[in-house]
Amino acid sequence: MQQKYIGQPVSRVDGEAKVTGSAKYAAEFNVPKLRYGYVVNSTIAKGKIIKINLERAMAVQGVIKIYTHENRPSTAWLSFNYADMDAPPGKPFVPMHNNKIVYNGQPIAMIVAETFEQARYAASLVTVEYDKEEHESDLHAHLTEARLPKKGLATLLKPGPPKPKGEAEKIYEASPVKAAGTFVHGIEHHNPMEMFASTVVYEGEKKLTIFDKTQGTINCQLYVANVFGLPFKNVRVISHYVGGAFGSGLRPQYQLFLAVMASLDLKKSVRLSMNRHQMFTFGHRPATVQKTKFGANDVGKIQAINHESIGETSQFEDYTEIVVNWANMLYPSPNTKLQYKLKPLDVASPMDMRAPGGATGLHAVEVTIDELAYQAKMDPVDFRLLNYTDMDQTTEKPYSSKELKECFKQAADKFGWKNRNPEPRSMRRNHKLIGWGIATGIWEAMQLPTRAEAVLTADGKLTVSSATSDFGTGTYTVMAQIAADCMGMDLADVSFKLGDSDMPFAPISGGSFTAASTGTAVQAACLGLRKKLLKKAQKMVAAFTEAEFDDIDFTDSGLHLKNNSGPPLSYREIVAATKEKTLKSKNMGWPNAMKQRKFTRATHSAVFVEVEVDEDFGIVKVTRMVTAVAAGKILNPKTARSQILGGMVWGISKALREESVMDHRFGKFMNDSLAEYHLPVNADINDLEVIFVEEDDKIVNDLGIKGLGEIGLVAVPPAIANAVFHATGKRVNDLPITMDKVMDYASPLV
Amino acid sequence: MDENITAVKDAPVAEPKSHPVTININGQQHQLLVQPWVTLLDALREKLDLTGTKKGCDHGQCGACTVLVNGKRINSCLTLAVMQNGKEITTIEGIANGEMHPMQQAFIKYDAFQCGYCTPGQICSAIGMLQEGHATNREEVKELMSGNICRCGAYSNIVEAIMDVKEGGQYE
Ligand code: FES
Ligand code: FES
Repeated sequence: MQQKYIGQPVSRVDGEAKVTGSAKYAAEFNVPKLRYGYVVNSTIAKGKIIKINLERAMAVQGVIKIYTHENRPSTAWLSFNYADMDAPPGKPFVPMHNNKIVYNGQPIAMIVAETFEQARYAASLVTVEYDKEEHESDLHAHLTEARLPKKGLATLLKPGPPKPKGEAEKIYEASPVKAAGTFVHGIEHHNPMEMFASTVVYEGEKKLTIFDKTQGTINCQLYVANVFGLPFKNVRVISHYVGGAFGSGLRPQYQLFLAVMASLDLKKSVRLSMNRHQMFTFGHRPATVQKTKFGANDVGKIQAINHESIGETSQFEDYTEIVVNWANMLYPSPNTKLQYKLKPLDVASPMDMRAPGGATGLHAVEVTIDELAYQAKMDPVDFRLLNYTDMDQTTEKPYSSKELKECFKQAADKFGWKNRNPEPRSMRRNHKLIGWGIATGIWEAMQLPTRAEAVLTADGKLTVSSATSDFGTGTYTVMAQIAADCMGMDLADVSFKLGDSDMPFAPISGGSFTAASTGTAVQAACLGLRKKLLKKAQKMVAAFTEAEFDDIDFTDSGLHLKNNSGPPLSYREIVAATKEKTLKSKNMGWPNAMKQRKFTRATHSAVFVEVEVDEDFGIVKVTRMVTAVAAGKILNPKTARSQILGGMVWGISKALREESVMDHRFGKFMNDSLAEYHLPVNADINDLEVIFVEEDDKIVNDLGIKGLGEIGLVAVPPAIANAVFHATGKRVNDLPITMDKVMDYASPLV
Repeated sequence: MDENITAVKDAPVAEPKSHPVTININGQQHQLLVQPWVTLLDALREKLDLTGTKKGCDHGQCGACTVLVNGKRINSCLTLAVMQNGKEITTIEGIANGEMHPMQQAFIKYDAFQCGYCTPGQICSAIGMLQEGHATNREEVKELMSGNICRCGAYSNIVEAIMDVKEGGQYE
């Protein structure tokens, strides 16, 4: 295959739709006689509903019906019917199941009215009487009660920590060079710009078309069919454009359940959108407390790694993530002790949020490594290179490829690292302390079975489809690039379609596995199509009859005999000669398990950060950052760079800005709006640079794709934290690093 | 809780009266009958099917709903449709004039978006900002574009796109 488009900085094929406003998101399909829903949420964290007063709300002109646990139509009985592809072990939350309140903000009533304004107003007139019970929402007050997580299907993709090796505690104590820390992370919410919404179009008895905000149309299709007892083929879920998701769309959210319920009951089309406060009433990145104890010998070789994490989960599901497995994947150590525990609280189940576990664990790991380098009196880059490995020490398998050293080299050069004075508080610019810090990132390169279909039509156009998602990741664009190259066609003649459960199977889209999974499927479908083209050609033209597949070049939208024994035959001609005037191939892209299983497959990054810290006010500003990424083949440097830039902004946000703060008296978030949940704005983002160090890795998959969704984020928070240390001489291990925490530390006089 | 219940008891339940307004939207006159509780944003999205203008918060906190009213950028979620009588409104659907506006082209060229949800607001805001004429350099552009949140983190590309259009001389 000639790579004419793969690897090129092609502009997004969905760009025009997005800049002209014609791209339609879930709440934007306006169908006739649409009814509007609005949800009422609980204001207590635990207890029972005694009474919901609906009279006044019901009297509002235009209100059609109000659903509560008392009158809602029945749905599936068994809990497993509610389990989606990303459900953790436990019992999924079922909206308005009974009078029990299990977290603050849980949906307890839904108004359906003729207009949005009527529904919203009526919702404000609902009052609720509760029988309140004592709740537990503060992880820090219950750390000693943490226990091991339950196992389930989800554990397959998220294995627990490996068994201990050697005597990590004892060796740590005896190590001449030691570093330890306690790392505290608050809760975070995904807050994509588009709020969750479902437009459910009632198509007749037991038949629905649903425009939903999701990272998996088939996941939602299965969920709706199972919960409401509908035939799969009667439920079509569409999600062509998703206004950001970051993991929040990996599970069906409650607006989908409620909108479908109302639509089936009323036999009407219904739209239900969340408001921004409600975006804080389902999954979140869990609060965690981590402890590290790393020890090295007197030449700086790491000999003991102790890392434990306690995360919160809900009372009904054991949400887990991979927090403590990373240190030993990056650094060899004969002694390791890795522990991961959960404490159930009266909160909504946590959910995967961009780089789940990695963004949490690597902060602790990479700050501890930085401290260890200081204790060993070594440069943090040199210290990491001394403890470098090409072997994943947790599985004792080699990495399929790992250009991390080159990442360090290129990023260090670009950043100018050699000019760094290692002494903390030694660099200044006017009244600001300057700090330079680094960190290493790692994320798994996964791949899941996915199907795609390739269709050639007589006008010489190719359409490839798969039920996968593009929530800003560039899937539309890179898949069209892959398909064009696989078929030897002009990109203008190729389109890729996604986000529709009627399309060939794709799993939920996340964990950085979409490009590799869907890319392999697209390649398989195009291969299938090429074989069919040859078969047809063999019947049409004598010169092709004897030809084998390998004798043909598929380029310029046609079949060319490599030995030039006859003229080429165009795809158009072949398709035109078929009865159906189309040629199709639907194929599964399988991960090559035989090849893959002997290796650990991962992406890596090296992040270099400069911060300015205002000594008087404790304000931290990231003035510049260089990220070098080794992530296999970069399909499109333009969209790939954007994805990494986005990860870097998320890293700045996680390190310095965002946290959902709970008032534990009520078990309720206090800053549940975009005014008070601080996200970086344009003025907060300065000089960001991205370097790709390409890897030629045929083990991950044929095309060498590893995925980019998470690797841009994971190393940024520790790199910033390490830079703040270099600037101020003090460690702030409690994220986000806000001015109040820095104020305590910035001046040595305090 | 009890005060809440008493307050609710006296709340009116009849719908507010509709008012006629004439608004020019993207060069077209629209005669609308709107109730006073309908925001301009909801009127655009739900009544006029102009869904290019996005709702990201409904509280004036994100900028996704930015449109140009008489050439000035505003958050359409923070104003009511009944207040727009006689106004000229440009939404993202009206920015292109035959071919795409230079700002739209620049956004594509610099990949100034990912999911695209904040994008119509960013583009309207950027055009409005340049018309205001206060931004003379990159730092000022960043500051004056800080009312538009992009959760995908496309900020640096957004600034590149705006600087390119600005330096193209369109707004000097
Ligand atoms: S929707 Fe208007 S500012 Fe957010
Ligand atoms: S492009 Fe997704 S929020 Fe800006």
